[in-house]
Amino acid sequence: MHEYSLVQALVSRVEAAAREKNATRVHRLRVSVGELSGVEPDLFRSAYEVFRAGTLCEGADLEIVKVAARFACPGCGEELGRGEVLRCARCDRPARLAPGSDELLLESVELEVP
Amino acid sequence: MCTTCGCGDPELVPVELHERILAGNDRIASHNRQHFREAGVLALNLMGSPGSGKTAVLEATAHLLGGLRLGAVSADLATDNDARRLEKAGITSRAITTGQACHLDADLVHRALHDFPWRDLDVFFIENVGNLVCPAIYDLGQEKNVVVLSVTEGEDKPQKYPVIFRKADLVLLTKCDLLPHLEVDLAKLEDALARVMPEPRFMRLSARSGEGMEGFRDWVLSLRSALGRAADAPARSLAADHTHAHADGDHPTHAHAHEEGEAARSPRRR
Repeated sequence: MHEYSLVQALVSRVEAAAREKNATRVHRLRVSVGELSGVEPDLFRSAYEVFRAGTLCEGADLEIVKVAARFACPGCGEELGRGEVLRCARCDRPARLAPGSDELLLESVELEVP
Repeated sequence: MCTTCGCGDPELVPVELHERILAGNDRIASHNRQHFREAGVLALNLMGSPGSGKTAVLEATAHLLGGLRLGAVSADLATDNDARRLEKAGITSRAITTGQACHLDADLVHRALHDFPWRDLDVFFIENVGNLVCPAIYDLGQEKNVVVLSVTEGEDKPQKYPVIFRKADLVLLTKCDLLPHLEVDLAKLEDALARVMPEPRFMRLSARSGEGMEGFRDWVLSLRSALGRAADAPARSLAADHTHAHADGDHPTHAHAHEEGEAARSPRRR
């Protein structure tokens, strides 16, 4: 269960962004979770529900965008199917993971500025 | 205030960030990595299930790397048993007791370095918490990731835990001395690795019988010598008594003094 420490990092980053803009509230935040990021979106959300109390994110909706993992050949661009050996049979090259597939990103926040 | 109509309502400001949530951890990890590289210390992060044989592999490796100065930090929820085993095997060790935390992060490793003679080492092993999930997502500043998978754990482990195996630079298939007693098909296990690692690299070994251990020793030695050459190059920029530009505002954990702690311990290769 590392989701709590991730949510902690998320909330402090959002609070820093809010301070920067002299915001009084955070309305929403959008996070993208790659399938291979090692983060379970549901656990992440429940950790957020618990952790946001008493922070600037208290009233902020969390939107989670799930990003499916995709592997493709760096040579011919052919995408590999789920569960396949991660090597392009045609080019004999190791597959490359598409951007976002393994990332956990804070995409954007919506702040209330007085 | 709303400036469109002057109504006095608060304004909603969208801010695009597109930032890694673990950016703070990544910064400390790069900092650790820079230290390790410039001191010519090879840092290896060992991950694997509880009981996969991480400590045993290190004990057996110590016997084969007698000429090198080895050190380790060993993470455990509650005991320092592993660190004591490693000390006995000749590896200067320190336990990091993580309490409830299921993984190491870069800051825990960084803090452990402060009272540890890591600069005097050739190889620094970071034995992570026994867990195939959480440790995978935290960069610690290691040079390479090693995942230890015992043959008793089942052929489909890689596909069940793709995140950690994809991060592995090397997978050690341990306890191979038990194979005659098991119904494990190693070819299936290796095929499973190829479905989660684009460039699967693995070694079969047994820490108990010593079978295959030379392969791991040679892997460590070649990485160590490549790193040693880089560290000895004249272009070294970071002496032990350096100061850093740590000021990234949101990272107070960097407010420590390398000058007092580590420079006092006679850094090598100045």
